Amino acid sequence: MASVSVKNLFLSFGEVKVLQDLNLEVGRGEFLVLLGSSGCGKSTLLNCIAGLLDISDGQIFISDKNVTWEEPKDRGIGMVFQSYALYPQMTVEGNLAFGLRNAGVGRDEIARRIKQAAELLHIEPLLKRKPAQLSGGQRQRVAIGRALVRDVDVFLFDEPLSNLDAKLRAELRVEIKRLHQQLENTTMIYVTHDQIEALTLADRIAIMRGGAIQQLADPHTIYNRPVNKYVAGFIGSPSINFLDGAVTRDGKPRFTSGDVVVDLERYPFEDGSSEGACAFGVRPEHIAFGDAAAGSPFSAEVRVDVVEPMGSDTLVWSKLGGQDFRFRVDGQLAVATGETVRIGFDPARASIFDKKTELRL
Amino acid sequence: MDSSTATLPANSTARAEPRGRKPQRRLSRRNIIIYGTLTVAAIYYLLPLYVMVVTSLKGMPEIRLGNIFSPPLEITFEPWVKAWATACTGLNCDGLSRGFWNSVRITIPSVILSILVASVNGYALANWRFKGANIFFTILIVGAFIPYQVMLYPIVIILREIGLYGSLTGLVIVHTIFGMPILTLLFRNYFTSIPEELFKAARVDGAGFWTIYLRIMLPMSLPIFVVAMIIQVTGIWNDFLFGVVYTGPETYPMTVQLNNIVNSTQGVKEYNVNMAATIITGLVPLIIYFISGKLFVRGIAAGAVKG
Repeated sequence: MASVSVKNLFLSFGEVKVLQDLNLEVGRGEFLVLLGSSGCGKSTLLNCIAGLLDISDGQIFISDKNVTWEEPKDRGIGMVFQSYALYPQMTVEGNLAFGLRNAGVGRDEIARRIKQAAELLHIEPLLKRKPAQLSGGQRQRVAIGRALVRDVDVFLFDEPLSNLDAKLRAELRVEIKRLHQQLENTTMIYVTHDQIEALTLADRIAIMRGGAIQQLADPHTIYNRPVNKYVAGFIGSPSINFLDGAVTRDGKPRFTSGDVVVDLERYPFEDGSSEGACAFGVRPEHIAFGDAAAGSPFSAEVRVDVVEPMGSDTLVWSKLGGQDFRFRVDGQLAVATGETVRIGFDPARASIFDKKTELRL
Repeated sequence: MDSSTATLPANSTARAEPRGRKPQRRLSRRNIIIYGTLTVAAIYYLLPLYVMVVTSLKGMPEIRLGNIFSPPLEITFEPWVKAWATACTGLNCDGLSRGFWNSVRITIPSVILSILVASVNGYALANWRFKGANIFFTILIVGAFIPYQVMLYPIVIILREIGLYGSLTGLVIVHTIFGMPILTLLFRNYFTSIPEELFKAARVDGAGFWTIYLRIMLPMSLPIFVVAMIIQVTGIWNDFLFGVVYTGPETYPMTVQLNNIVNSTQGVKEYNVNMAATIITGLVPLIIYFISGKLFVRGIAAGAVKG
């Protein structure tokens, strides 16, 4: 049963088509993350679901009710914004109560719900304060509380952690995840441009680009089997290595790029006959180094160009087949610039994309 | 970082940033020029006011001596009393008091009405992007650039047709309409500067057009309301043109009555009464500036920079 479903959604601002024929199904209790770089339409889509933007064409269902032309308040949603959007002249309590008062909820019920939400979010001591007297993290907690008291089926988050510093962001991220576990039947749709947030929080991730969804899948699939070159390049930090070359099939399938030849017998092709110019993608963290590399299905010797120590790991820049090639090694290992080292990887974990269509082969 | 700051203090206080006030030479050349210029400018602007106050406190014989800058030898408040209560304009001999109360009756409703309408206009234009909002806004702004004189006569006809010509109500309506472009612009720009997410949050919270206006926008915009009030009170109080065109002798605002007292061609020119009458008329805007000068500047800046 779908909790939120978007059907053939079109949206244009004048001549500019922002969303085109977009379809999306979100299950009850699911945590869906809309991920993309700025301007890809992810926030716009969220605003459409919230009813804050009038769509040009299509339908939106929430809890199996057609809400395409309903007011935001009648959609059974709560929303959390990037800038917190707390009403500055009201106390925290007033902020939490505002929506309930508008809905005509009784005084006792309001008090009960505020108490419940405040306990869940640990903001009881702050209830009498004004938003200006709160820190960023506290403000965002209150903003989440404002959605929580409304007792809704669907939570919409619009980049809720982007205004926080890194430490608070990590803290609140876990809290949102915990909240989702506690509210079993609550669907959450979460917009972000931060892939760490997406990978850690999501049940499923929808990667958006240019107003269309590129791939909608669980984080594991998105990371390991990206459907196209854009998704592969977008997910993962440091980003994936691409080697330009071609797939040939003289007997055995193999990838050739200059003097580099990779045996692709272990690679799970989508279509067993595909060949031709392609980009061969392999993630820096999937590359084995030193002795471990010798046992890999593919291995080669490369010269170390640049070393970037990052504490737990070290990122090494080198060249493979004349093209930039990065790989990650344990931070404890000593790697020196100019040294020649042996690296290797398993082609089964690679992703190959057609040169023209950029789709996964 | 903690450890480094812990070991440093003895050393760092010695090399600390300069503390305390920056030493200044009071009588530097720069200061003399600045204060000198300011003083001259202040005297230049205050001198007429001084002459007015001094003259209004003198009797006519003393004025005839011709020393306009000398302080009064004998202070008399009679010109003030006369200006307020007994100076004659036409058939009425009750001084400025009639005009004062007329002006009050014109200004208060005009200010309240124009601010109410303009703030709702500005709010709708800023937050509820209805179809044709831009065209509506453009028309409103263009309206601000058409000279008033062009519209005087058509408005006379309109007021006559609806039976309000010569009445205070008619003038209130005229003031409300003519205040609309600048006030709407002021409010629209201010409301645009309020984060849009706040408005969205209120909509999700189930607040409608009026609830958002009254509960969210209004409490956040008191400064701009004060600014609008100052602009309107001073503008309407000082208005002469609309007052003289759209009202009659019984309903003339204070400015028109002041003109009739000062410019009367019969009898002796009573300079002291004229001066007193002028000061009394100018007192209301003056008091408003003195009370709210800071807010005025702040509000204008807020409206101008943002949006």
